[in-house]
Amino acid sequence: MTHPVDVAVIGTGPGGYVAAIRCAQLGLSVAAVEDDRPGGVCLNWGCIPTKALLRSAEVLGLVHRAADFGIRVSGVEANYAEAVQRSRRIADSRAKGVEFLFRKNKITLFAGRGLLRARDRVEVVGASSTETLEAKAVILATGSEPKALPGVRIDEKLIVSSNGAVRNEQLPRSLVIIGAGAVGVEFADVYAAYGVRVTLLEALPRILPIEDEDCSKEVARAFRRRGIEMTTGAKVASVTPGGPGVIVETDHGRLEAEQVLMAVGRAAKLAGLGLETLGVQVERGFVRVSPRMETSVKGVYAIGDVAGAPLLAHKAMAEAVVAAEAIAGRTPRAVDYANVPSCTYCRPQVASVGLTEAQARASGRDVTVGRFPFTASGKAVALGEPEGFVKVVADKGTGEILGAHVVGHEATEVIHEFAVGRTLEATLDEIVSTIHAHPTMSEAALEAALGALGQAIHV
Amino acid sequence: MAVTKVVMPKLSEAMESGKIIKWLKREGDRIQGGDVLAEVETDKADVEMEAFGAGVLRKILVHAGEKVPVGTLIGLIAEPGEDIAAWLAGAAAPAAAPQPVTPPPPSAPEPVAPAKVAPAEAARVKASPLARKIAAQAGVDLRVLQGSGPGGRIVRRDVEGARTGVAAAPTAAPAAPGVEFEDVPLSQMRGAIAKRMPLAKAPVPHFYVTSEIAMDRAWELREELNLLEGQPKISVNDLVVRACALALLRHPGVNAAFQGESIRVFHRVHVGIAVALDEGLITPVLRDCHAKSLAQIAVESRDLAERARARKLRAQELSGATFSISNLGMYDVAEFSAIINPPEGAILAVASVRRVPVVTDAGLGVGRRMAVTLSCDHRVMDGAMGARFLQDVKRLLEEPLRLLV
Repeated sequence: MTHPVDVAVIGTGPGGYVAAIRCAQLGLSVAAVEDDRPGGVCLNWGCIPTKALLRSAEVLGLVHRAADFGIRVSGVEANYAEAVQRSRRIADSRAKGVEFLFRKNKITLFAGRGLLRARDRVEVVGASSTETLEAKAVILATGSEPKALPGVRIDEKLIVSSNGAVRNEQLPRSLVIIGAGAVGVEFADVYAAYGVRVTLLEALPRILPIEDEDCSKEVARAFRRRGIEMTTGAKVASVTPGGPGVIVETDHGRLEAEQVLMAVGRAAKLAGLGLETLGVQVERGFVRVSPRMETSVKGVYAIGDVAGAPLLAHKAMAEAVVAAEAIAGRTPRAVDYANVPSCTYCRPQVASVGLTEAQARASGRDVTVGRFPFTASGKAVALGEPEGFVKVVADKGTGEILGAHVVGHEATEVIHEFAVGRTLEATLDEIVSTIHAHPTMSEAALEAALGALGQAIHV
Repeated sequence: MAVTKVVMPKLSEAMESGKIIKWLKREGDRIQGGDVLAEVETDKADVEMEAFGAGVLRKILVHAGEKVPVGTLIGLIAEPGEDIAAWLAGAAAPAAAPQPVTPPPPSAPEPVAPAKVAPAEAARVKASPLARKIAAQAGVDLRVLQGSGPGGRIVRRDVEGARTGVAAAPTAAPAAPGVEFEDVPLSQMRGAIAKRMPLAKAPVPHFYVTSEIAMDRAWELREELNLLEGQPKISVNDLVVRACALALLRHPGVNAAFQGESIRVFHRVHVGIAVALDEGLITPVLRDCHAKSLAQIAVESRDLAERARARKLRAQELSGATFSISNLGMYDVAEFSAIINPPEGAILAVASVRRVPVVTDAGLGVGRRMAVTLSCDHRVMDGAMGARFLQDVKRLLEEPLRLLV
């Protein structure tokens, strides 16, 4: 059967569902195509359930040091399976939330795989039938999936991806995590909290390699204290079954563990979409898009992970709005890729926006850096969370905020002050003339900005 | 009381400060009312400052080359025996209410309310803090920029774009090799133009009416007139001024100014005539054009233009126009349009008289044609009114004997 619609959205992750809703709000008729549960990786297997697991790990960590707060606890039983079950309930409720929003916005959900037959025709191959969507515009939002190292097959038993790890109720005794980006570091945090012997392997010289070097060091110090092994600058030669489960050969020696988690990155899900036949240009594994998110084929748009780095839900949502408004004939502001916050939810959390200190210096600008440690923050110490710092990198001449880096308790909330500031083109002067409530974690942002101006008060 | 305070006069609406170029009287000189005391450089022009009271110029407080705000006490006129110590003591602070040094000329229209451009509103510039800082460092005036940020906010890239624009502007002198650009500081006149033009253009809804005028007979008439002995030379612009003056009498709706709650219709025609200078332009005012003959217009407008170029205009010659004319005829211009000078309601842009092929009853011939474009304030008048006025201007110039009667 053929269904005429204004817009067909393939994929209902944070990019797809936001695009569908925004299109509907702008008066367009929308069909959304999904071959899994609505919500994509983010709601089902990524952001949300991992945050639930990290919270369990955090609570467990607090319980273990309850005595510091004057609370004696005994008979602590940490049941990881129940933590996973809690995370599944949360993920389910979020996915249902997307279904509710679709109904509310009169978006028709088609279950099945979307295949682009023409630039205005999408075939939905479902379990029992095939439907055809005649669409004036198509938005590709099929997302990404975990990558493996060459020659290594993810079986989700011995060698797992984040997809498998997030719903695995059984903990291995030991785990080697290959890749110390956000995914690897977050799982290291959770598994180590539940007593798993964790080894993080990273090919680049430091963990969280895309973050500011100071941030990597701070997290590495905290992890080391918690007994997480880290080997950086290590090249993996092979991953094979053997020993207690898996044997990982590296140029730094052999590692054995019951399980290996592959966290070496993600690849766009483009196979089977029909892009080649239609001539949609793909570059280095991602769809090429214009600032309006349109692909090389007129009327076909791509957003989120398929449209390239950074592979982040909030970047996908921003692109979704741009694509929807472009389709509706508006002139949206292009996504400002220089101002996408990056957040990692391990303990201590890491959040950043803009340039690292090294990048800022490499750009040849006259740079000033302000840093404020949470050990000097009344709020952080009272919370018992004195790890981390706020670091701001600014242009010396104008006070332009080139980058901001926060490590610590709820760092991922503190960072938005700098993101808003950068959007508004605020400078250090505006940050320091804004009264920050006392005591808060965010005060450290004020102090860091003062520090960059050479006026710090509390250090 | 025989002490007369001499304060920096406010010689134009926009004037905030003035610089003494030179004193033409020295301390101890006897002064009559109306004597020229000094030459003052304002944002618009160099003007002569006249004395208001009589006596002896006892004290000069602000010397040549110094710039002071409007209202500042710059000298004292008093009789020789008068004690002026008390006046000198208070000289540090600008006088609260500046005394007019130059009385308004008797023929001036009722003082016109400042242009309804609401300076406070117009002065508010939406710009990001970073854009403000970069602009301040680069010497870019934010008020002349168009913002590309949300809601028209001026953001960093707008300022950087403007900076590049400055760099791209040709400079008068050939640059030294290897030097890509130089930043030429704004002259006081350039600064005033940069500040005022956005306020003249943006808040005033302009529309334009263009007409082509057959100038063959006007040209012949002018040549004939210029052969007469003992008569001043008549320019094309003089003919246009005269035609406009006569047409404005018949179309008072064009000789009018927007007043917010009302439209002020002028009964006399004072025409501002734009004069190009190296560093900008200036518009001296030819008063009562409707009552002046072609010869009078020719003589007086030439005098105004010459004194404008020599920076010898008096303050009252720079304000009070009810209509303006901008003529680029000497530059072989096919057609252009001008920006209205608020609070005036219209300005006529006059292009070159060109020899062009024309269709006549006998076939194809050669004729002299001149394009004129009227810029009108839509709050004051509508298209049809502007067009009817222009039709009359055209008729007057095409039947030029009407200009003589």
